[in-house]
Amino acid sequence: MSGDQNTPPGSTRRRAIEYFLGGGILATFASFLYPVLRYVVPPPDVDLGVNEVVAGKVGDLKPNSGAIFRFGSSPGLLILTSDGSYQALSATCTHLGCTVQYRGDLHQVWCPCHNGIYGIDGRNISGPPPKPLTAYDVHLRGDEIVVTLKREA
Amino acid sequence: MIAAILRWLDERLHLDDLIAPFRHKTVPVHRLTYWYFFGGITLFLFGVQVITGILLLLYYHAGANDAFESVQYIMTKVRYGWLIRSIHSWSANLMILTAFAHMFSVLFLKAYRKPRELTWISGMLLLFLVMGFGFSGYLLPWNTLAFFATKVGTAMVGQVPIVGQPMMIFLRGGPQVTGATLIRFFGFHVAVLPGLVVVLISIHLFLVQRLGMSVPPKIEAEWAENPSARREMKFFPNFMLREMMAWYVTVGVLGALAAIFPWNLGVKADPFGSAPAGIKPEWYFLFMYQTLKVIPSKVWFVDGEVLGIVGCGLAGLLWLLLPFFDSEPPSRPKRWITGLSIFAVMYVAGMSAYGFLAK
Repeated sequence: MSGDQNTPPGSTRRRAIEYFLGGGILATFASFLYPVLRYVVPPPDVDLGVNEVVAGKVGDLKPNSGAIFRFGSSPGLLILTSDGSYQALSATCTHLGCTVQYRGDLHQVWCPCHNGIYGIDGRNISGPPPKPLTAYDVHLRGDEIVVTLKREA
Repeated sequence: MIAAILRWLDERLHLDDLIAPFRHKTVPVHRLTYWYFFGGITLFLFGVQVITGILLLLYYHAGANDAFESVQYIMTKVRYGWLIRSIHSWSANLMILTAFAHMFSVLFLKAYRKPRELTWISGMLLLFLVMGFGFSGYLLPWNTLAFFATKVGTAMVGQVPIVGQPMMIFLRGGPQVTGATLIRFFGFHVAVLPGLVVVLISIHLFLVQRLGMSVPPKIEAEWAENPSARREMKFFPNFMLREMMAWYVTVGVLGALAAIFPWNLGVKADPFGSAPAGIKPEWYFLFMYQTLKVIPSKVWFVDGEVLGIVGCGLAGLLWLLLPFFDSEPPSRPKRWITGLSIFAVMYVAGMSAYGFLAK
């Protein structure tokens, strides 16, 4: 320890104090910023474990038509084909997330946003969609049409 | 790097001209200098209110059906939501406290006299607006206490002769306090009042900047007697750094209060339930509340309630116009105003304590 009271600028002691001050200010701002960053990210959705929903009742749909149903927090598309079988798909277009619809005149699934076309099985046929729509399992329980996630094979 | 950016901006915008007045500004140094900090602390707390208020807007739903639930969601589900809301509530209360401290310090240091009458008036209007923020924000969580406080507060407005009833209906958005009131108060709280406050703060700060800092008459007299005792410091950076230290301490107090005493939410308002026993307004309205409580229901032939409210209104108006009753420097400040100021502090403190302790 030197007894020098008038430490010149640039001396080690002065620089140490500057580091403490700057570090303290930075730490303070970090302590403000951290909770704020955590706060602005919304807490995760509490719609855990939705893997089965009732999409409708037998007789609600006419052959060669489709309807949107809620699958947890996202939309699903239920189709009754002309030959009388049910098909359920995710209704979220794989291109940019618009909700698709069934076109009876085309016998295909159509996304109006960028003219994407999918087959009834969800296969992407033409237009921008890069991937097929996720297909769900459909079975009947009494007169209820039950849609479930496909089991991973 | 930063220096280069500043130089680039300065070459184009001549920022030096803008900063120049701040360089020349000085702050008098004497034994009462610390009172000069309170305006700045109030401004800082207002900044905290703006930031935390915007954050609360990310999750808050206005409306009688889900306002309470949305605040509950913020308090329980959103990460650090309890902290943000508690800081908003505590900072609001501290801001009202420091605004009152600022007002009374200006009063006792005689800083409101010529040429600073307009600074005082803009400051008083800001104080009223801050109380308006407190009153409107209090309802937003839609809990029982807030519901009845709003009912009583707006009913008081309704007591004012002639204009009272229409004003009450305007405030409530109907004859009763309902979801419509909540929506209105939300609009006042997040749009109308902030707009007015920003305009008034700009005027207030411009006037403070333009007129410089006032020196209390007593200290001015001492300095006149002994000119070598006159001291001042530069506003920038000397005073500003001290002010920022005060802000830093304020943040510490605020964080500690919010973390140790998180603001509670209470029970969801039921418009058809009874008012809970022992219901009281927030502490900053207590002195008015207690005044109204002690006035008998009939004074001579006038309704006690009307008398109290008109009296409070006139007292507020007198306070707003106080500079015009005092003498102009360099003559001595009027003694009755000093007496009245002391009485006002004692009255506000005494009535608040009485209201706090009374059953």
